[in-house]
Amino acid sequence: MVSPILELININKSFGHVQANKNINLTINKGTIHGIIGENGAGKSTLMSIVFGLYQANSGTIKVNGNEINLKSPKDSIINGIGMVHQHFMLVENFTVLENVILGFEGETVFGEKLKKAKQDLQKLCEIYNFNIDLDATISDLSVGFRQRVEILKSLYRGAEILILDEPTGVLTPQEVDELFTILRSLREEGKTIVLITHKLIEIMDLTSEVSVMRQGEMVGHTKTQDTDKEKLAEMMVGRNVLLRVDKSESKKGEIVFKVSNLTVKDDLDVMRVKNVNLEIHSGEILGIAGVTGNGQTELLEALSGIRNVEGGSVELFGEKISDKDNFLNPRMLKEKGLAHVPEDRQRMGLVTDFKASENLIFGYHDQEPFSKSSILNHKKISEYSNKIMKEYDVRPNSPDLVTSNFSGGNQQKIILSRELNENPKVLLVGQPTRGVDIGAIEFIHQRLIHMRDRGAAILLASVELDEVLSLSDRIIVMFDGKIVGEKNNKNITDRELGLLMAGVTGE
Amino acid sequence: MEFLSDIASLINSTLRISTPLVFAAMAGIFAERSGVIDFSLEGKMLMAAFVAAVGTYYLGNPWIGLLLAILACVSLSMLHGFASVTHKGDQVVSCVAINILIIGLTTALAAAWFGQGGLTPTLTEEQRFLEITLPFADSLRDVPVIGIIYSDILSGHFVFVYLAYISVPIVFWIVFKTSFGLRLRAVGENPSAVDTAGINVFAMRYKALAINGVLIAFAGAHLSTAMNANFFREMSAGRGYLALAAMIFGKWHPKTALIACLLFGFTDALQIRLQGVELPAIGEIPVQLIQAIPYVLTVILLAGFVGKAIAPNAIGQPYIKER
Amino acid sequence: MSSVVVDKAKVPWWVSNVIVPLVNLTLALIVSGLFVFIAGENPIEAVKLILYGSFGYIQGFAYTLYYTTNFIFTGLAFAVAFHCRLFNIGGEGQAYIGGLGVFLVAANLSFLPVPIVWLLAIFGAFLFGAAWAFIPAYLQATRGSHVVITTIMFNFIASSLMIFLLVDVIRDTNQMAPHTIKLPKELWLPSFESFSGILGLKIRYSPLNLTFLLAIASLFFVWFLVWKTRWGYEMRAVGHNAQAAIYAGISPYKNIIIAMCISGGLAGLLSINEILGVSHKIQAGFPAGYGFTGIAVALMGRNHPVGILPAAFLFGILYQGGSEVTFEMPNITRYMFVAVQGLIILFSGALENLFRPQIESFFVTRLNKDVKI
Repeated sequence: MVSPILELININKSFGHVQANKNINLTINKGTIHGIIGENGAGKSTLMSIVFGLYQANSGTIKVNGNEINLKSPKDSIINGIGMVHQHFMLVENFTVLENVILGFEGETVFGEKLKKAKQDLQKLCEIYNFNIDLDATISDLSVGFRQRVEILKSLYRGAEILILDEPTGVLTPQEVDELFTILRSLREEGKTIVLITHKLIEIMDLTSEVSVMRQGEMVGHTKTQDTDKEKLAEMMVGRNVLLRVDKSESKKGEIVFKVSNLTVKDDLDVMRVKNVNLEIHSGEILGIAGVTGNGQTELLEALSGIRNVEGGSVELFGEKISDKDNFLNPRMLKEKGLAHVPEDRQRMGLVTDFKASENLIFGYHDQEPFSKSSILNHKKISEYSNKIMKEYDVRPNSPDLVTSNFSGGNQQKIILSRELNENPKVLLVGQPTRGVDIGAIEFIHQRLIHMRDRGAAILLASVELDEVLSLSDRIIVMFDGKIVGEKNNKNITDRELGLLMAGVTGE
Repeated sequence: MEFLSDIASLINSTLRISTPLVFAAMAGIFAERSGVIDFSLEGKMLMAAFVAAVGTYYLGNPWIGLLLAILACVSLSMLHGFASVTHKGDQVVSCVAINILIIGLTTALAAAWFGQGGLTPTLTEEQRFLEITLPFADSLRDVPVIGIIYSDILSGHFVFVYLAYISVPIVFWIVFKTSFGLRLRAVGENPSAVDTAGINVFAMRYKALAINGVLIAFAGAHLSTAMNANFFREMSAGRGYLALAAMIFGKWHPKTALIACLLFGFTDALQIRLQGVELPAIGEIPVQLIQAIPYVLTVILLAGFVGKAIAPNAIGQPYIKER
Repeated sequence: MSSVVVDKAKVPWWVSNVIVPLVNLTLALIVSGLFVFIAGENPIEAVKLILYGSFGYIQGFAYTLYYTTNFIFTGLAFAVAFHCRLFNIGGEGQAYIGGLGVFLVAANLSFLPVPIVWLLAIFGAFLFGAAWAFIPAYLQATRGSHVVITTIMFNFIASSLMIFLLVDVIRDTNQMAPHTIKLPKELWLPSFESFSGILGLKIRYSPLNLTFLLAIASLFFVWFLVWKTRWGYEMRAVGHNAQAAIYAGISPYKNIIIAMCISGGLAGLLSINEILGVSHKIQAGFPAGYGFTGIAVALMGRNHPVGILPAAFLFGILYQGGSEVTFEMPNITRYMFVAVQGLIILFSGALENLFRPQIESFFVTRLNKDVKI
């Protein structure tokens, strides 16, 4: 028998002038796995944050088991049996698993009996679902997959009947994804209801029985999963036929421009994150790095761009050694040699969000002519340049004096891209070029990168979006645990092969 | 024998001098563990000293003075919370504002009300807190070892001295053994985790600040109604900052912060004794330079020559729930 | 929580940079009036006295400008460091040590031509102030010691050090009080009274002197440095986002030290006004709280020279008019004006967003309505 456990009626929510959710209606049936799919920025996470009580809707009704409920804070949701596993885990890193799980639900003022009982209960839960977690382990010592299990455990301990998971697989290896799906299926067997938010079609087809599609803040369709297929869903998501592959010609590979030999790099905590990496990039080609987040791609790009010290090995540009352990060029010197870098975290690194757009458009090139002469800035030139380049890259709004934080994610990314591409770099390092960027801007960015390649630039592209790597790259390398575990020509590689390599399974 | 009693009196003054620092450091732990920077310990201590002295003078009872000081300090903590938690203002600026406001206000009001150039009237013996002689202190004095420890070191302190050292294990217990402490530490590390656990982040920070206000009030009352018998301008003399440095050096832990406070107290006790003393090879060190020792020590401790201190992860950042 | 949402792109600059600060200032002054009332005096009368004391007669106005000079220096000092997100609370100590630089130059090099001595003294003041800011800057950059605590400690240390020097090393041995001998008269900076004759005014004494022009020049210097040069650009980049700065090849380490040293140097210039301009000797405690007032000046002036000038002038009025008040009203001491500074920092700094959304949305809706009609 099918009975609705969660009903959303006419939910509206806006942030400032952006309406994130418009008249959303959604019914979720008890004991199902219900998928919600949509592009970045479609409003999925906002909607679920409203269901979890984290945000308050501007209008609309939420019913659980047919009863209207008023969600003022996550506490109300938890009481009503709603649990959520957020995309960015809500864990206190220096706490133990146990401390994280009981937080807010300690049941006693001074720790004693209840704590012991909580531990026993949790151990039982872990056994039922085969979680295999040490309750006394500190979160910072756990792998991402285990942290996610702690999040699930947290919700279950708090009595969740409905479990919302927001993009749960983005940070997992394919094997960890399989394990997660096993857990989710066994939760459904126990009668729990699961809401899966994702932008990956394959997960929807794999796991869910019903699916709802969101686009630009609106709910554009509901269907049974068995009645649809990937192509139909994709079309609903994007609102038109999707170009699955970027149009590009065969690469005209030239000489070797950039050569990395036996490179090792440590992170801030002195952990070796890049281990003996060798790679070569020719002019006129895009070398893609595939891999799950946290396998050394970040540190590799940072070391190559001069932000992070090299521990061992060397980097050569046009046959000239530019960095090794004892001496390395800083980012500014590298820029002068024709190396540009689009960092993977634009808010944290690529931009000073409190600066005006025009100030960010010259960031890192501010000491070069015509922007400055003998250390004095030429505001007239900067402003002329800004106007021109913002038009060329279609940055909206086209106002160089506006503070950068007021631009949308896609437009911020265009600001960075225009800055880094404008100097016609010979080598371009690109990290996550389309993270959190709307679909229109993604196409634009991809075209620009191909255009750069065709003009003879050597491009190193790191992305956790497998589709992006596949559609842009001429060659693909896979990183796992700081090492390059495979190199393939893009023409003869399958998703399955890449997936296994990304999970560290080699030797096929 | 004289050497032993010298040592005893040095330890005795160390305990006494460290007292306001201990209260202030414990107060600082609550604020900063919850993620709120508190450079305003200095101003609050001064406010407490002023209110306790004035309250005691008018109402004749130092306990009532203390109570008023607590009210005043909690209000200032709430002001800090209002500016930096609710309105997400800059926490450091808020603290600087409170410190400067209180330096001015206390002395201005003291001068306006009592006309003695910023002093409050001297409290009588009956009005102020007096040293407490522990039972049997006199009769045990001649017993070897125990006599010195009990009668010369432990006995004969103001009530605040005992309260300060009792407060340390209590703070430790609250922070590490209760659900409140768990939430307190969590809110300073990852407020989002606390919010999604259904706990109000803002309320937690206000609670922490309220406790902070209570504790710092004891430090101020100790200065003006126990150690001295009146308030005088800027009588906190940087103790709030020293305590903060001690707390940072103690890595936001009550026990290690206590040790750092005692180190400050000991240095201060020593510098008082060094004044006017001829040192071998160096000669007499000018008194002004000796007085600077605690401040120099603060700089050295902060520079962390014993390893870098790791602050609560979310310290100084206002909690912004919606993007 | 009521949250008013404003489209920042539509807010006119004068609303955020003029109206909002003025509202904040007004709030601070209203609460100040309350304190004056608690102290047992009439706030309205106090305002009248302040206005009379600072504008009512030429000598009073000269005093107002003399105080303004000091506040321009300390306000700029705080602002420069703040652009790099550093809270330099140590202006007091840096000015004090800066005085030592002025005195050493002037006392030892008086055989040189006077204008050269002046220039060297300015250099000495800047250098000594910068040096005193260097250590906290270095510790912040390399060890992460919070610059607020270290600069406060350096204020205490500067005070001890200077009193030691004034008592034991450079004291005028003919006097009991801890101060140095007076500098030779020809080195004194020309004061306002020596110009007043030319202007046809008659005043007996005024502390206002040529340093005022140095202060105005410093305003231009800071404006140029922060907004027109690559160094200022880099300092601001480090202040807003140190990680992005590293990405762009800008060294946070270098910029923290540069910003603090320039900040300390500007604070040091205060001693030109005090020593070459007014007292002609180092007196114990001569920075007299000007360093702290600089924080309020800078925050009120939104850390921009264009805002700092009027803010410094306002504090000049408060100081000069305030001394009139303390003279006429027995219950008001100069500490009341320290409290007023605290309130101004509170309302223009920590609580600057208290009514900002409401005010901005008020103007945005108003202005847009006008456009539609």
